[in-house]
Amino acid sequence: MRYLPLTADDRAEMLNTIGAKSVDDFYADVPESARLHGSVEGLTDHQGELAVERHMSKLAAKNRAASSGPFFVGAGAYKHHVPATVDMIIQRSEFLTTYTPYQPEIAQGTLQTLFEFQTQVAALTAMDVANASMYDGSTACAEAAVMATRATRRKKVILSGGLHPHYAAATKLLCEAQGIEVVQLEHAIDGELALADAVDDQTACVIGQSPNTFGTVSDLSPVAEAAHGKGALLVSVFTEAVSLGLVTPPGEMGADIAVGEGQSIGNGLNFGGPYVGLFACTQKLVRQMPGRLCGETTDAEGKRGFVLTLSTREQHIRRDKATSNICTNSGLCALAFTAHMTLLGGKGLEQMAVLNHEAACDLADALAAVPGVEILTPRFFNEFAFRTPMNAEAVLAMLDEAGIVGGVRASRLFPGDHMGDVILCAATECTTPEDIAAYAAALKEII
Amino acid sequence: MTRYTQPTTFYTEDHEWVTVHNDLATVGITHYAENALGDIVFVELPEVGAEFAPGDDMAVVESVKAASDVYAPIHGKVVEVNGALSDKPETVNESPTEKGWFCVLEIKDGAEIAGLMDEAAYKAYCETL
Amino acid sequence: MSMNTQGRPTSPESVSMSSIETVSGSRGLLQHEDLLFEIGTSETTGVDLPAPKGTKNRLGGVTRKVPTGLPGLSEPQAVRHYMRLSQKNYAIDLGLFPLGSCTMKHNPRLNEKMARLPGFGDIHPLQPQATVQGALELIDELATWLKTLTNMPAVAMSPKAGAHGEFCGMMAIRQALIARGEVETRKRVLVPESAHGTNPATAVQCGFIVDEIKANKRGRVDMADLKAKLEKSDDIAGIMLTNPNTCGLFETDIKEIADLIHAAGGYFYCDGANFNAIVGRVRPGDLGVDAMHINLHKTFSTPHGGGGPGSGPTVLSEALAPYAPVPFVVKDADGMYRLVEDIEGVASESFGRMVAFHGQMGMFVRALTYILSHGADGLKQASEDAVLNANYIQARLKKVMTAPFEGYCMHEALFSDAFTAEGIETIDIAKALIDEGYHPMTMYFPLVVHGAMLIEPTESESKAELDRFCDALESIARRAAQGDEALKGAPYLAPMRRLDETKAARKPVLKWAEPEEAPPVAAE
Repeated sequence: MRYLPLTADDRAEMLNTIGAKSVDDFYADVPESARLHGSVEGLTDHQGELAVERHMSKLAAKNRAASSGPFFVGAGAYKHHVPATVDMIIQRSEFLTTYTPYQPEIAQGTLQTLFEFQTQVAALTAMDVANASMYDGSTACAEAAVMATRATRRKKVILSGGLHPHYAAATKLLCEAQGIEVVQLEHAIDGELALADAVDDQTACVIGQSPNTFGTVSDLSPVAEAAHGKGALLVSVFTEAVSLGLVTPPGEMGADIAVGEGQSIGNGLNFGGPYVGLFACTQKLVRQMPGRLCGETTDAEGKRGFVLTLSTREQHIRRDKATSNICTNSGLCALAFTAHMTLLGGKGLEQMAVLNHEAACDLADALAAVPGVEILTPRFFNEFAFRTPMNAEAVLAMLDEAGIVGGVRASRLFPGDHMGDVILCAATECTTPEDIAAYAAALKEII
Repeated sequence: MTRYTQPTTFYTEDHEWVTVHNDLATVGITHYAENALGDIVFVELPEVGAEFAPGDDMAVVESVKAASDVYAPIHGKVVEVNGALSDKPETVNESPTEKGWFCVLEIKDGAEIAGLMDEAAYKAYCETL
Repeated sequence: MSMNTQGRPTSPESVSMSSIETVSGSRGLLQHEDLLFEIGTSETTGVDLPAPKGTKNRLGGVTRKVPTGLPGLSEPQAVRHYMRLSQKNYAIDLGLFPLGSCTMKHNPRLNEKMARLPGFGDIHPLQPQATVQGALELIDELATWLKTLTNMPAVAMSPKAGAHGEFCGMMAIRQALIARGEVETRKRVLVPESAHGTNPATAVQCGFIVDEIKANKRGRVDMADLKAKLEKSDDIAGIMLTNPNTCGLFETDIKEIADLIHAAGGYFYCDGANFNAIVGRVRPGDLGVDAMHINLHKTFSTPHGGGGPGSGPTVLSEALAPYAPVPFVVKDADGMYRLVEDIEGVASESFGRMVAFHGQMGMFVRALTYILSHGADGLKQASEDAVLNANYIQARLKKVMTAPFEGYCMHEALFSDAFTAEGIETIDIAKALIDEGYHPMTMYFPLVVHGAMLIEPTESESKAELDRFCDALESIARRAAQGDEALKGAPYLAPMRRLDETKAARKPVLKWAEPEEAPPVAAE
C-alpha cells in the first residue's frame, strides 16, 4: 500500500523489540464481542491512483460547475475569480501540512500570516481587533450572539428580518441550548432598521445584516444608537466580504461585533465548505472573544515574533468556563483570504467591489426590462431579489435547460413566507455582458 | 467574638490571605499561589458593591497557561478594588501580600474569621502540600 | 483560589548565544521577511482588473467613508512573501510530527487534486439540486463508509470540526431528552478529568453541567468513582468519553460503562479523536456508543492546514438518529439524491440546523479519496501500523523516560516528567526536540499525568524515521535526567528562540499599527 512505509520485516523486527507476538496483543483490552473479525463490509481492497481518480471524476462530472456557463447564484456564497498564486501558496507543504501553531519557534510562517490576516480583517470591517478565524459566517454569527450575552449579562437576542436564514438557525440553536431567548423579526427585504424599535433593556444584542439576504444595503447606525441607548450591543453581519470594499463597514456604523463569511476572498465555492468565518470586535470586548488570537512579542534575543495569546479564554485551558468550545478553526482558508487580499491591496478590493456592483446594476437593468419582472431590492451591492409572474422553481428549472443557473428561489431559504415567485440572484466580476444578455433573453422566452 | 483593632492577617486553604481591621477585610493571594501560577498576565476584579458568600468565585487571576478563580474567604460586600492591577497584573507576582491586594470586603459576620488559619497554621499547611 | 498545577515558564530566561549577525537579517537559505504592512504600498497590486465604467450606483449612499488603507503586493513580491514565511514552518512533509491526539499523518496529494476538480470545487451550495447530483451522491457514499466503519445507523455530515461534532452529538442527546420530557431534570454529564478541553466546554455550551470522574492507576476510568457518581441517576444526561482515551489506552471497561450509563437513563458520547487506532478492527457501534464525531482531518487525512479547516461528521445510534441535524441527503425511489433542508417530514424530529449549507464538502472529497485508496485492507493495516509504531516508541523510550502506566499503548505513547532532574521541565525537552529537527510532542496534556508528553507517530513513519527520532529523544531525555542546564535555552537552531508569551498576554498587540513618530528632541 503506497501510503504505508513499514515492510513485513520491519513489522516483525519491531514486534520483537517490543516483545509482542503480534499486533493482536495491543488490542487485548478490546472486549471479545467488539472485535471486528474479517474485512470492512462491502469495501474493496486498496486501489491505485488511477482507479480512484476514475471513480471520483465520474462523480464530479455529474455536477454543473459555476464556470461552465452563465451563473447567478449568491445568497451567502459567491463565485469570484481567485488568482492562481493563491492556490499555489496554500498548497505549499509548510502551510498545508502543518498544525495549529502551538510551537511558535517553528511556526512563524503560520503565525505571521495570521497576524496579517487579523490586521486586514480589522481594517476591512473598521473594527479594533479581529480573531484568527471561525468555521464560517453562520457559526461566527452564533458565537457573536453568545458573546454578547456574556458581555452584557443579559439573555435576549434579536435577529433582523434580513439575516441569512441559515445564520439565524445556527444562532437560534446555540442560544436556545443555553437558555438565551431569541426573537426573530418578520422576514423583510428592507427591514433591518426595525431592530431599533425592537431593542429593549433586556436585550443583549441585536443582529442585523448589510448587504442582507435579499441584497439590501443598510446603514445600521440608527440601530447601533438605539441598541447602545438600551445598553445592548450591535452585531453587524455580512455574507459577501467583497462588499467591504465599497459598502459602509460595521465599524463605521457603530457595531460592537462584526461577523461574516470570508469565502468571497481567496476561497472557491466548494459546495458550501470549507469557508472562513471573520470575527471582529471593539477593544473593550476582546477578552470575551471566542477562537484563537495571534499576538506580537519578542524572543529571547529580542527579535520580533508572534505567538497565540490570551489562550485562557479557550477550551484547552478554561474547559467548562471557556468562551467557546472551538478548537480547530479555518486556518488554510484564512491563509487563502489573506493571500488574495495581499494581492488585491485595499485599492484592488475597492476596484473589484465596484466591478461587482456595476455587473449587478447591469443585470438588474437587463432583467427589469423583461416584461413581468419586478426588482424588489431598493439598494443593493451585487445581489438582489426579483419577482417573476411564474413560480420561481419552474423558472429556474427552465433557465437550467437553457444552460443558465439563474439564482436561488427565495422559498428555499424562506419556506412558508409566501415567496414562491421570488428569485435571489447575484452578479460578480466573473459575470460577462454576454451572460447578462443570455439571462435576460432566456427569461423573456420563459415568462 | 474578637474585634481586630490592629490589622491581623489570616489564610485559607485555597491560598487567599485576609487582613482583618475593624469591619473591613482586605483580600489577596499568597506568595505560594502566585509562585505556582507563574507570570500573572491578567486579573479580573469584582465590582464594588458585589456581595459574596464564602467559596463564591470573586475574582479571576490568569497566567499564560492557567486561569484560577479566587474565592471569597468570608461573607462580605466589596467596598474597594485594586484598580492598579488591571494595568500592572505583574504586581501580584512582585508584591502579593502588599501592593498586589485584590479587594476590600465589608465584613458581614466577624465570627467567620475564627474559621481561618493564622500565619503559623498556614505555613504548616503549605509544608504538607 | 482554585490552584493550578500546570504553571510553567512562559517568559524566556536570557540566554547568551554567540551567533553570526548578518546585515540583511537573513541567515543563508532562511530569508528575513517583514510584515506585509511594512513592505507593501497602497498603490501596489498583484491583480489586474478591468477599469470600472463608473456610471452606475444603486447603493443609496450606504458607502464606505474611510478607505481600508491596506497595502498590496505585486505577484512576485507576494510569492516571495509567502515563500519566505513558509520556510519558518515545520510540516509533516518535512518530518515526523508526533503531536499526540492530533494524528498528523501523511496527506496524499491525490486528495488535493480530487478536491480541485471543478465538479467539486466550483459548485455552489444553493444550485438547483438537479445540477449537483454527483456531489450529493459523494456525500451519501462517504456517509455509507463512515456508518459501516463505525457500525452506526446514521451520520450527521454538517459539523465543521471535531468540537462542532461534539456539539452535534450533545445536541442530539439534548433533543432526545426533550422528547422524553426530561431535559430540565437530566443535566449532569460525566466527563473524565483526562478529557480534551473541548468536552467540558461543549457540555456547558449545550446547557449541561459537568461532573468530573477520576482516572484509576491504570490510566482508565475509575469504575468505583463512576458507580458512585451514578448512585443518583435521575439527573444523568450522559457521559463524554474518549476511546482510545487521551492517555493512549483502550478503556478496558467500556462496555460496562456504556451499560451503566444506559441503565441510568443517559447516553454515551464518544470523542472519536483517536479513531485512527481502531479503524477496521473495532467498531464503536459494538461498544454501546450513542454518538461519536469523526475528525476527518485526523483519521482520514484531510490536511490540518495550520489549524483547519477540519470536518467532524458525527455518527448516531438508533436512539439518537431521529434527532439528527438538517440538512441530510436522501436517495429517492427514482434514484435521485435530495437534500432534506427543512424540519418536516423525515426530519420532523431534527434538533435543527448547526451551520449554513451542508458541511465541509472539500474535506468529504479528500476523505472519500483516502478511504477508497486504502480500501478495507489498507485501513486496517494503517491502524495496526499506527499502533505498532507507538508501541515501538514506547518500548524504546521507556528505558530512559517514565511511562506512567503499565502495558501496551494504542496509537500514542505517554510519558511523564518524573525522570527529569530538578529544574528541567517538559517544555525544555520539547524545545530541545526542535533543535534536533522535530516538532515537539503534545505537552502538559492529558492533565492527569504530571508534565505529560504524548507522542503519536501515526502509520506514516518508516522504521528508520522512528529510530532516528528515538535516538534524538533518548539523548535529550538522558540530558534532562542529568539536569543539563543548556536545555533551558533551547531551541538554539530554530528560526526563533523561545518567545515571550508573558509579554504577549500582558499587553496584547493583536494587529499591526503604524509606528508612532518618535517624540521630537527637545530644543537646546
